[in-house]
Amino acid sequence: MKLRIFGDNFSLVDFIINVLRVVIIVLVIVGVSNTIMSGRFTVAQYINLFVAGLAQGSIYALIALGYTLVYGILLMINFAHGEVFMAGAFTAVFLAQAMDRSGFLDSAPIIAIPLLILFAGVISATVAVLLERIAYRPLRDSPRLVPLITAIGASFFLQYTFRGFYGSGFKSYPTVDALQGNFTFGEINIPIVQVFVFGIALVLMAGLYLLVEKTKIGKAMRAVSEDKEVARLMGINVDFIILVTFAIGGFLAGAAGVVNGLFRPQGVNFFMGFIPGIKAFTAAVLGGIGNVPGAMLGGLFLGVIEALGPNLVLAGLGVPGANQLKDVIAFTMLVLVLIFRPQGILGERLSETKA
Amino acid sequence: MKNKNQSLMQPLQDFYQQYQLEFKYGLIAGIMVLFVGVIGMLESFQNREVIRDFMTLAQILLLGPAFVTGVLIVRRKSENNDALISKLTSALVIGLLTALPTLILVFLNAQVFEDLRSIFVNVNRNWVEVVTFDNDSLLIGSGLVALAMAGLSLSGGIIASLPRKISRAILMALTFTITIGVFGQTVGLILNQLLPEDVLDAIFRRDVLLQEPAMILFGLSLVGAFIWSYGSEPINQQYQAMPKQNQSIVRLIGLGLFSALLLALPFIVGRALSDTAVTIGLFVLMGLGLNIAIGLAGLLDLGYVTNYAVGAYLMAALTSRGPLGLSSEITAWLNSFMPITFGEQFINFWLVLPIAILAAMLTGFLFALPVLKMRGDYLAIATLGFGEIIGKLVISDWFSPVIGGAQGIQFIPKPEFFGTTLSNPEQLYYVVLAACILTLYVSVRLNNSRTGRQWMAVREDEDVAAAMGIDVPRAKLLAFTLSAATGGLAGAIFAAKVGSVFPNSFTVFVSINVLSLIIVGGIGSNPGVFIGALVLIGMPELLREFSDYRFLIYGALLIFMMVNRPEGLWPSKIRQREIRTDLETDPTLKAKQSTSA
Repeated sequence: MKLRIFGDNFSLVDFIINVLRVVIIVLVIVGVSNTIMSGRFTVAQYINLFVAGLAQGSIYALIALGYTLVYGILLMINFAHGEVFMAGAFTAVFLAQAMDRSGFLDSAPIIAIPLLILFAGVISATVAVLLERIAYRPLRDSPRLVPLITAIGASFFLQYTFRGFYGSGFKSYPTVDALQGNFTFGEINIPIVQVFVFGIALVLMAGLYLLVEKTKIGKAMRAVSEDKEVARLMGINVDFIILVTFAIGGFLAGAAGVVNGLFRPQGVNFFMGFIPGIKAFTAAVLGGIGNVPGAMLGGLFLGVIEALGPNLVLAGLGVPGANQLKDVIAFTMLVLVLIFRPQGILGERLSETKA
Repeated sequence: MKNKNQSLMQPLQDFYQQYQLEFKYGLIAGIMVLFVGVIGMLESFQNREVIRDFMTLAQILLLGPAFVTGVLIVRRKSENNDALISKLTSALVIGLLTALPTLILVFLNAQVFEDLRSIFVNVNRNWVEVVTFDNDSLLIGSGLVALAMAGLSLSGGIIASLPRKISRAILMALTFTITIGVFGQTVGLILNQLLPEDVLDAIFRRDVLLQEPAMILFGLSLVGAFIWSYGSEPINQQYQAMPKQNQSIVRLIGLGLFSALLLALPFIVGRALSDTAVTIGLFVLMGLGLNIAIGLAGLLDLGYVTNYAVGAYLMAALTSRGPLGLSSEITAWLNSFMPITFGEQFINFWLVLPIAILAAMLTGFLFALPVLKMRGDYLAIATLGFGEIIGKLVISDWFSPVIGGAQGIQFIPKPEFFGTTLSNPEQLYYVVLAACILTLYVSVRLNNSRTGRQWMAVREDEDVAAAMGIDVPRAKLLAFTLSAATGGLAGAIFAAKVGSVFPNSFTVFVSINVLSLIIVGGIGSNPGVFIGALVLIGMPELLREFSDYRFLIYGALLIFMMVNRPEGLWPSKIRQREIRTDLETDPTLKAKQSTSA
């Protein structure tokens, strides 16, 4: 829609987007300065929120890696990835409860937690692999929206499948004694579990980095994401590499499921993957989809913004019940990133022709 | 070492090679049967009788797959002209394989695991009852089930190996009879309006088809199916041979009969089904609207519920007689400066309806502005984000003084029409019908208009469309705005129908519902929307047992349709032509089709 008022190339759409940009920046600045001026929170409280945000963000980052790996190779949004996360988290809750009942979880958490992560990871990886094999592989050469619609279908199919398996009630993870309590630095109390969650996420991400950069499979994955045809000519089994990619993404999502359970024990049910899935997608886009370090960074960034946003910006603007609007912050973030910087912070790792 | 191994494996490998297809079909069917059991479908359908004292819905789900795979394998093998005996052996093998996974779980449940139920909630006594025919001994029961599956698969195979026309007639009659049985309640309700009570009682008892009427029905439909399979071709030829003028007369008569049926529907089906028809109609409205965005312009809008919510909440806030209603304030404000005095009833359904539509269009327009430049998949996610944001805001404390938060808005009056209050579904049906017809007309006209062709050009290739001189952002904006209109209309009618609005009615599931019905009916096809709404909205409403598994089935359908039949049940002519020409011009696609079929 061109308006020929301000010379030749003035487009109404660009104008409105720019107005939106200015309005949002002004709102954020006003909100933040209001909150800080009012002195509602102490520095210690800000630090606490920040650390909690980092812990939550590292969970988003783990899920986001699955989106990014798949997108890097197939250029498709695996909308059902949130449900892959749910599959691991929901299944492992039974193992965790059994471990808790037998006392194993509290007596040897150093073995029990990795076992849980491994179990959930394998379950999620299996679901992801089945998903690729049954739903996505037949559609590999279809127009872009076809796999997306399939993925939406798969997402609801998986939700209600697991609802059928384990029932619709809420389950919760047992609390681990070793992870209770705080690290205290003066006025600042940092829960041990948050540090632990962050640590596990870092270890897994380091593992992924080594896998992608240092092993033969990782090399093959990178080759396939560059060019499937050439990779095939080089003797790489492309279908297998795609399966492996889904499996790795699934494993990380399953691991995130257990880590999430340690961090927030309540609320495990069949619908638990939907919202984190969209948020993790936001994180992936935020970092630049297809870009592995970007997904990690994007996850942490989103976690922090989500933790600080409601209290810092919305409360400053005088919005009542700001803490209910955490999800609104995350989804607004999603929409804003897609509007203003779809290539993300670190840039999409895609060539022009692909995008 | 390696050699020895190979020689040991060789017979097994040969066996597998020979029966590869049977293994595949049998195991797929077997896993399906296991799956419907573990997710609890068998259990919840256990008490739903299809034919009195003969067949329940659970048994159809348990045994149906064996029958269907029996038919399929024999059809597949008939292509290679296999001998009859080899075809029937395959069917038998498949029947047994279908039973295998379920029976393994029965065994594991009884012998190995102590308490599988604490994890898989539906692997319980009821399930075991269904999959062993309620036999006291598990062994005998599972043997019977395996035998039944083998027998059914075999009979499926036998039917499929009959001459094509005969086997088709039998299958059609069978499907028809079972469908009547499954929808017994609905059929009973309809017949209740048409038949005297004692005749009805002889056919249905407490909504369940009796055995003898079922046999008579099967016989009659068999005769009908025979006539159809032998008579349809000559009739079709005759129709084709008719002059164009007469053809259009025949079509007009058909259309007339169909519209008469639509007009008389509430009188035929009664109150309960009219209510269902209204719900279907609302989704048809939304489907027709969303079809403009998805089908014509190729914009996958996952936040369609926003428009529905805007229409509903506007209708609620403006007309409600409750504490949150604004009607008396607005009338008082108007009366304060207008020369004429408006009465109590000035702000009513009919006045707000166009306002709701305009408001929804405005929302659609505003939400479309920022997403215009996005590419397809990002646009889908962004619109989903909008939908979620609106959903969260509606339920938050921030807006609850205006729209009631989780309590919603209540006391919305029913529409009045020249003095009569349209309070029951039979009357509301006509409102929805009129809205549907109007929307259909607009949508058909748009389809054939310059704008419609612009949308299709944008859908196929934005860059080329822009090069052809189409103002792409304008076309997209128009598509979003117009598609939002019917969402607002449907929402407004919904609010008046229910009498209250709650945030729970406006979740992402509405968008998914509408999306699914479009996909199932056929992207871009208007009749497809009706078919899709009838199947996806009507079926769960009529079969209450299904409504628990509604989204499971939607999900499976979306995957299945995209993989196997992307053009939908009733494809639009243009789509059909596209797919056909693709097949003709692209040899790789053709090869793919023939291998997958």
